[in-house]
Amino acid sequence: MPKIKSLEDLMKIKENTLKNVKMRELGKRGKIIVAMGTCGIAAGAKETLNAIVEALNESNIDDIAVVQSGCMGLCEVEPTVKVEIEGETPVVYGHVNPENAKKIVKKHILAGELVGELIVKQGKE
Amino acid sequence: MHLTTNTILICAGGACISSGEESVKEALERKIKEYNLQDAIEIVETGCMGACSLGPIMVIYPEGIYYQKLTPEAAEKIVEEHLLKGRVVEEYLYQGDKDKLIPQPQKEIPFFSRQVKIATRNLGVIDPLNIEEYIARDGYFALHKALKEMTPEEVIKVIKDSGLRGRGGAGFPTGLKWEFARKSPGDEKYMICNADEGDPGAFMDRSILEGDPHTIIEAMTIAAYAIGANKGFVYVRAEYPIAIERLSAALNQAREYGFLGENILGTDFSFDIEIRIGAGAFVCGEETALINSIEGERGQPRVKPPYPAQKGLWNKPSNINNVETLACVPPIIINGPEWFRQWGTEKSPGTKVFALAGKVKNTGLVEVPMGITLRELIYEIGGGSPTGKKIKAVQTGGPSGGVIPEEYFDTPVDYESLNNLGAIVGSGGMIVLDEDDCMVDVAKFFLEFSVDESCGKCTPCREGNKIMYEILDKITRGEGTEEDIELLEKLGNTIKDSSLCGLGQTAPNPVLSTLRYYKEEYLAHVRDKKCPAKKCRDLISYVIDPEKCVGCTACARVCPVNCINGEVRKVHEIDQSQCIKCGSCIEVCRFGAISKVSPAIE
Repeated sequence: MPKIKSLEDLMKIKENTLKNVKMRELGKRGKIIVAMGTCGIAAGAKETLNAIVEALNESNIDDIAVVQSGCMGLCEVEPTVKVEIEGETPVVYGHVNPENAKKIVKKHILAGELVGELIVKQGKE
Repeated sequence: MHLTTNTILICAGGACISSGEESVKEALERKIKEYNLQDAIEIVETGCMGACSLGPIMVIYPEGIYYQKLTPEAAEKIVEEHLLKGRVVEEYLYQGDKDKLIPQPQKEIPFFSRQVKIATRNLGVIDPLNIEEYIARDGYFALHKALKEMTPEEVIKVIKDSGLRGRGGAGFPTGLKWEFARKSPGDEKYMICNADEGDPGAFMDRSILEGDPHTIIEAMTIAAYAIGANKGFVYVRAEYPIAIERLSAALNQAREYGFLGENILGTDFSFDIEIRIGAGAFVCGEETALINSIEGERGQPRVKPPYPAQKGLWNKPSNINNVETLACVPPIIINGPEWFRQWGTEKSPGTKVFALAGKVKNTGLVEVPMGITLRELIYEIGGGSPTGKKIKAVQTGGPSGGVIPEEYFDTPVDYESLNNLGAIVGSGGMIVLDEDDCMVDVAKFFLEFSVDESCGKCTPCREGNKIMYEILDKITRGEGTEEDIELLEKLGNTIKDSSLCGLGQTAPNPVLSTLRYYKEEYLAHVRDKKCPAKKCRDLISYVIDPEKCVGCTACARVCPVNCINGEVRKVHEIDQSQCIKCGSCIEVCRFGAISKVSPAIE
């Protein structure tokens, strides 16, 4: 470890670590919930989850939490993903393979547009 | 980058460790591994989260769900339900009024939401053993600012303007202390951190050292730069092994990153810190006794003046600050004095950490703005009485402090206001007393501590406190006289006036303040041989109400001296001549038939 000499050195450590620490603070903009029931996992939810995290990291999004949940009861359209943004109606997407997952991050999370063709349902259950 | 979906912050403060945090953590790790989730879930052991009565505690993020009173079984269930399936496990949530479940008490309950965390800002948030997490929370930025953008005089001015006062007890202005040490002639000076926290019931300094050791290192380095010291000591008691362990690790990290050692941050300022472990004598919290102890001498106070700022450690100018005081320094340097002054009162700005204990629902550590009223602190944050009994008074400042009766609970908590009532802010211990607490007994408890801890140097403290203790003991046995009460007052005032150090000067306070507000309780003990709180064993008797006793024999079976007589389904009776007043019978009676009476039945 080279010794720290400047503000830039400090900032670099701060920014790198902040991602991890921020994860623990409340007040995120929203979350993406991946259904990880047996059905979801069998349909490839693990790959979907990885793809979502990668896509978020690529776009440097740190105010969206990724959460796992149990089966949502929509087994025929698994893998399913629910996007909950504060102040917006929750949206459930179906058939979310890694490719679709990236699309959701790009369009819904970044641009704020719904991905119409993948929507299974909107609104609270 | 591997994928972390959940982070678990588990409180590894002293109280949670002793209520089983380690086995909870083991169970978590075992179960997480079983489900192959170890890459997805990060477990971080943090410093004290403050709500010690709820321990062991953990918070699962990103949801921020707060689980309390955990066991290894609970941990396993939470892994299976919450982490694997995303369902909150209700049985371990915080329960509010009327059994309402509150998954995020940190947002809703006054105990958490009314706190303002400055000294304890990182406690329960970061991993104390990870310097990078400290940096992520603006750690060492204050050091950078002080060393590179400010002169030592400017640093001192900021601390003076902030109005920060010593949090260890006396409340002396910190900036002024630094200025004295700065102006004191000499090229060799020392910066000392007083971590010899000794008040029974106060543990904020330990929690800060355990939960955020880097803040102390950063603050000491800033202070050393301000006063012109190149060598520092942390004086910490051997009873704090976890604090010592984490501080040692943090010191090594700080050296590795260049925050300690030669040419800190590339400047020509050099400074390093050594830990000195004390044997746990209360008097060594007094700064001159502490200096003696570091020098290897007996822990006895020196005559002041000369003050440590003139002739301190090895007769060199030295500056001593308490842990909590130091923990406020980095945020003040970053945010400026006005920022700090937005909390607290004109003369006591900022916040203070209190250790709430006794007859109050939420016990633990709370950091609140100075000037908050005792009523808010005890009823809103502390949640009031857990049993519904009437709260009678609060004891503040430990063995150096005094009691404040309920009718003064609207007093703001600051140095001057509490002094006027005959109590002190002190190190921040707050023990809530209810109608079951006898004031003579409370005074006796604290005085016993001071008698034990007196170093013996000054006769008034060594002998006088002992005599006072004996008188109190006599009174609680019902053998005191009214002259004894007068003698207590006279002795107390003499000891205060004639002792050298803070220990002797304040040791009579618990007696004098209870005499001031509760003289009638003393008189009841002396005149009527009666203990109004029914606490003093020699002045009470246990009796069975014949109307309520159903003859279940439970009391007779539990009595260790077999002094309860009676047949099944017939009224029982206690043989007063044999009774040792242990109270076992009252605990097992399911019919409320046994009660205490005072004075005792002959």
